[in-house]
Amino acid sequence: MRELIRKLVETYGPSGAEEQIRAVIRAEVEPLADELRVDPLGSLIVHKQGGDEGKRIVLAAHMDEIGVMVTYVDEKGFARFTRIGGVNPLTCVGARVAFADGTVGVIGIEEKRDDTSKAPKFEQLYIDTGATSRDECPVHVGDAATFVRPFVAQGTRLIAKALDDRIGCAVLIETLRRLERTPHDVYFVFSVQEEVGLRGARTSAYGIEPDLAIAVDVTRTGDTPECAPMAVALGKGPAVKVQDRGMIAHPAVRDLLVQRAKEANIPYQLEVLERGTTDAAAMQLVRAGVPSGCLSIPCRYIHSPSEMVDEGDVRNSVQLLLEVLRTA
Amino acid sequence: MILRELSEAFGVSGKEDDVRAVVLDAVREYVDEVKVDTMGSVLAFKRGTGQQRMRVMLDAHMDEVGLMVVGYDNDGFLWIRAVGGIDPRLLPGTLLQVGPERIPGVIGVKPIHLLKKEEGEKVPKLEDLVVDIGTKSKDEAKKLAPLGTYATFATEFRELGPTVSGKAFDDRAGCAVLVELLRGERFRFDLHAAFTVQEEVGLRGARVAAYGIEPDCAFALEGTIADDIPKDKDVSPTTELGKGPAITVMDRSFIADRRLVRLLTGTAKELGIPHQIKQPGIGGTDAGAIHLTREGVPSVTVAVPCRYIHSPVALLSLDDFNNTVRLMRESLSRLTRRTLERGRD
Repeated sequence: MRELIRKLVETYGPSGAEEQIRAVIRAEVEPLADELRVDPLGSLIVHKQGGDEGKRIVLAAHMDEIGVMVTYVDEKGFARFTRIGGVNPLTCVGARVAFADGTVGVIGIEEKRDDTSKAPKFEQLYIDTGATSRDECPVHVGDAATFVRPFVAQGTRLIAKALDDRIGCAVLIETLRRLERTPHDVYFVFSVQEEVGLRGARTSAYGIEPDLAIAVDVTRTGDTPECAPMAVALGKGPAVKVQDRGMIAHPAVRDLLVQRAKEANIPYQLEVLERGTTDAAAMQLVRAGVPSGCLSIPCRYIHSPSEMVDEGDVRNSVQLLLEVLRTA
Repeated sequence: MILRELSEAFGVSGKEDDVRAVVLDAVREYVDEVKVDTMGSVLAFKRGTGQQRMRVMLDAHMDEVGLMVVGYDNDGFLWIRAVGGIDPRLLPGTLLQVGPERIPGVIGVKPIHLLKKEEGEKVPKLEDLVVDIGTKSKDEAKKLAPLGTYATFATEFRELGPTVSGKAFDDRAGCAVLVELLRGERFRFDLHAAFTVQEEVGLRGARVAAYGIEPDCAFALEGTIADDIPKDKDVSPTTELGKGPAITVMDRSFIADRRLVRLLTGTAKELGIPHQIKQPGIGGTDAGAIHLTREGVPSVTVAVPCRYIHSPVALLSLDDFNNTVRLMRESLSRLTRRTLERGRD
């Protein structure tokens, strides 16, 4: 899976500009699909047909990533920017960003600040593309960029930008590849615009009208020095979500994941997340309501350019989803 | 000028009757069907020539920010609260029209002669302001302005050479653009115009209007922030007056569909129509509600830049207004099903 993951995390795809990442995923899944379509907001929906006795199941992972957008180019060619999704200004300083056409910029910080001990504000940061004037600047107001960082595999750990949620996309693709027969009608949804408000999952779930939905996304951990307490750790298996800030997992979906993990001897952890939420929160409230849950891949340093997951957790996530789909 | 009638009409969120009447009169003879939906939005349908099987929604909101009467004191003054985003700094000493009968009112203010230094340095809170409609007792005030009565600014529309000033350009400017578009030739696709209610309190009218219309794509027409006043640092004006219609790429409520943005900027470049990209990340419009409707609706917002919106008086350039109408008309005449085809990416 490493090559697939590398390809996914290194592809450009900020919320609202998912064309490139969608094309990469599409090339992977098209030969495996019974039916494939792109919905009005741009989510990629892959249908794998099952028998009559199963359920209509959505597995959703979002293909968009956080990023920045140019808001102004000044006389000297420096670009000011705003964030797309939950970007932390602390991880911006010194970072490199790349635009859709490959143009690279460096994020600089104003040196004259009232209090340099405080985290900078976005108004104090700028993108330097090396241009010397407004006219020469290769980027324009409204252009979006994502962080640049190469993929690294070290021991059992995988380090990259945008593991949130390309690792979920990788898990979905691998599950689809290895899925031989299923009684269920399964819809693999690669959703757009999760990072700006769970938008793509909401509209694609409306279109599919599933009986059950599972988001596959990253979650925080409580296993780093002096971090906020949380009973999830890297390498201890996929996390079955109990609740987060946007959703209480449907007990039947939660129990289904737990039961199948136990039956197949797959390590798992239970997750209560106090910050953040996933596509499941949006899917749960579509139409007359959809029983929804979430399978999380534990991840350190979420929304930084260097997120970290454990390869074993990734493999076990695929295994668990296969167990869920295998029987009715 | 339809903008004058629209601007001077009374239409605080939840009480859009007056604007609705102006809109109905203005569009009735130019459309094939018109109705008022359950929330109060005006939905007008103009059939296309049949060349493009497509449903296109054009949206502009009728409501404006304002005030509501929420209580009285014993001397006949009215207590008020904001409806939508009102800046209390602007209120003391302003002239209001209160209720459907448009009773003149003034927001009371202590004369400068009596002002203590500390008082002069503070911005009064809305809760501390009262409206004076000349009544002398609680009973008299209640009779003239029952609880829940709306009030808006009493601002006349004025022409100031190449610019015009008036109240509620957010979003009567968008309503006026939409009226102009309906009054023109038919487009190739079916046009569904929605003059919506309650945008300023949470994009409410647009949400249900879009659900009913089920459009293939949508354009929200707006009057947006122009803050091209002098600044001490070389940073972004949200939009600038005189630089043409402002196209939204991303705001707090949605990310615009890039194909529709390209249609607009491409048309503008082809015809030499001035245009600008609105500073990303600021504000929100009906497109925020529309694009999430049902299975999703590719959407974009196009706005006339207006200085001093959400205040008693805003100002816009007639050139910008006319260029917005032109850019929309020309872009829509180039809009086909192919515009929205995704192909292979």
